Amino acid sequence: MLRILHRVITTGTLTEPLDTSAALESLGIEVRRTLGARFAGSFAIRHVDAGSCNGCELEIHALGNPYHDLERFGIRFVASPRHADALLVTGVVSRHMQEALLRAHAAMARPGLVIAAGACACDGGEFGASYASLGAVDSVLPVDVRIPGCPPAPALLLRGLLAALGRETG
Amino acid sequence: MMAQAFAERLRTALPAVALTPRTESGLMPAMVITVAADDWAALGAAAHGLGARWSACWVDPEPDHWRAWVLYEQGGAYVLAQTVLDPRAPRLPSLTPVFAAADRPERAIHDLLGVVFEGHPDTRRWLRHQAWRAETHPLQPEQPLAGAPPARTPADVGYPFRRMAGDAVHEVAVGPIHAGTIEPGHFRFATVGEQALTLETRLGYTHRGVEKLAVGRDAAGLLRLAARVSGDSTVAHAWAACMAIERAAGCAVPPRALALRGLLAERERVANHLGDVGAIAGDVGFSFAQMQFGALRERWQRRSAERFGHRLLMDTLCAGGVRTDIDLEGTRALLQDHARLRAELAPLTAILLDHPSLEDRLVGTGVLSAADAQVLGCLGYLGRASGLTFDLRRDAPYPPYDRLPVRVPRYDSGDVAARMRVRLDEIGVALELMDTLLAALPPGPVSTHWEAPPAGARGLGLVEGWRGETLAFVRFGADGRVARYAPRDPGVFAWPALERLLPGNIIPDFPVCNKSVNGAYAGCDL
Repeated sequence: MLRILHRVITTGTLTEPLDTSAALESLGIEVRRTLGARFAGSFAIRHVDAGSCNGCELEIHALGNPYHDLERFGIRFVASPRHADALLVTGVVSRHMQEALLRAHAAMARPGLVIAAGACACDGGEFGASYASLGAVDSVLPVDVRIPGCPPAPALLLRGLLAALGRETG
Repeated sequence: MMAQAFAERLRTALPAVALTPRTESGLMPAMVITVAADDWAALGAAAHGLGARWSACWVDPEPDHWRAWVLYEQGGAYVLAQTVLDPRAPRLPSLTPVFAAADRPERAIHDLLGVVFEGHPDTRRWLRHQAWRAETHPLQPEQPLAGAPPARTPADVGYPFRRMAGDAVHEVAVGPIHAGTIEPGHFRFATVGEQALTLETRLGYTHRGVEKLAVGRDAAGLLRLAARVSGDSTVAHAWAACMAIERAAGCAVPPRALALRGLLAERERVANHLGDVGAIAGDVGFSFAQMQFGALRERWQRRSAERFGHRLLMDTLCAGGVRTDIDLEGTRALLQDHARLRAELAPLTAILLDHPSLEDRLVGTGVLSAADAQVLGCLGYLGRASGLTFDLRRDAPYPPYDRLPVRVPRYDSGDVAARMRVRLDEIGVALELMDTLLAALPPGPVSTHWEAPPAGARGLGLVEGWRGETLAFVRFGADGRVARYAPRDPGVFAWPALERLLPGNIIPDFPVCNKSVNGAYAGCDL
């Protein structure tokens, strides 16, 4: 226990302040509409990998590390889409995941934002549409926020999530 | 040459079959032997009798006839057997009765190409769900990339999972969408109370048509795709694909590029192991270690972005070399990182290895026996935690590892704790290797001119990715375009292992068992 406490104390706080000055546009994040302050203080996300290579998932994991500490913004990942304000979709929509994605979306309370994260989810990326894939998420669901990148770095993901929250639409 | 001796032993074991082992420059270091389809199973049995491992199987629909390939490995020696199939009715004896590892790969080949594996004990579909019909095989050359899918692909609810009978038995169905941020797949447990009796995994949800998409691409396009076969193994798959096309083209990669590829592969290994050690701890509620290792991984990824342009090292390789060089200042920064990581890992490792509540959850949990690991052909940390130490870097070394001594950790307990220890040890080994590589980086260019080979040229790439032996086969068509790309992720062997190690454990231990095995989803679904 002492070793752990020692380590915790010597590590200190790694969490970085977020520079809120940068415009979303310059980061390539596309917000379809002003999303308002409806979710201020608490924002629950259900992530769905609809056919990703796992690159985006690794960067979403990184949102939880001490440097980014997503939860300080009141944003958290939830297991059930019924508890979620937003669906964070990564990957192209593989045809084998189409039904699961639609069901997850249908299970959400409205308005039920859809955030497409990563090149595949935004525009089909390297895989596009084929016998196996429907391509971008908007071929299946209306998308509210697009976060580009292959994969988007955690800082970019964070911006996009804050945009979805309506905190950073200016 | 080791491969020659292996091929010779196979020849001796099969006196009735006239085997003439030969070499083909693109397929080195493997020896190539050609057999009739009728002798396919006999050759497999002979390989099994010699203690060989089934490494991979793929079918290449060449213009005139189809060709099936199977790769065997024994003690670092490779033999690649091929046979010709009739495209109108492709049939091949199944090797699954001899090598359990061949089970799902053969089923995948059937789904995608329609090859019938005679005598296969399990004729259920594998990669196919409901996006295409049973009589359609999307990888056949005449099938269009777009296919003819339904507007809305229904859920694959009718998949015939194995059933457990008994009054007290109930089934737990999980997925494809899981509770956390993780790739999709379906797990079907049969349980009594909290204890799992069986687990059956069902994948294919992230099937993106990688092999079909590769057809017609040039080298650069192929490498972009290879880098996205599995996002956590982007260097491994890209390197395997590079090796395949470079061998096919007879392209001599400069020594500095090879050293840098080694550096990138070791960086990928360290990043994944750091993440996994933290996640294993996190799965049993030890968030202290999860946060500590998460921070280490973040710093590591930031350095990757700073020095190589990408946090996961995607697209850092190119045909004929690597994209980014490293200067003296960068070398110094990396060496300092290595020293710092070592210093930070020492106290953390001491805590991980001597923490009673962690020990209680990890020791004796999810035991994969050495026998099961052997039968299933387990690789990488998964094999090494169950006594199997095969490592291409040591046993069939390719540059730059041919100049480096590679220590391979080994544990025999086969449990989650052992799989975590292998990862910790491998971080140490990788740091040593990177120090050595950086201390003597060969001078010169980091890439050479790439010229695509003529139609028909083919190559095999084999590298030790962080999950283990990662394979790529490439055949070129006309105009430098890819006609066939067959990648094989080592995660293929992890899923059957997970099914064998889980029974007897409680369902709440499934996440940590799964994380300790970490089979790829996308890498297997392609």
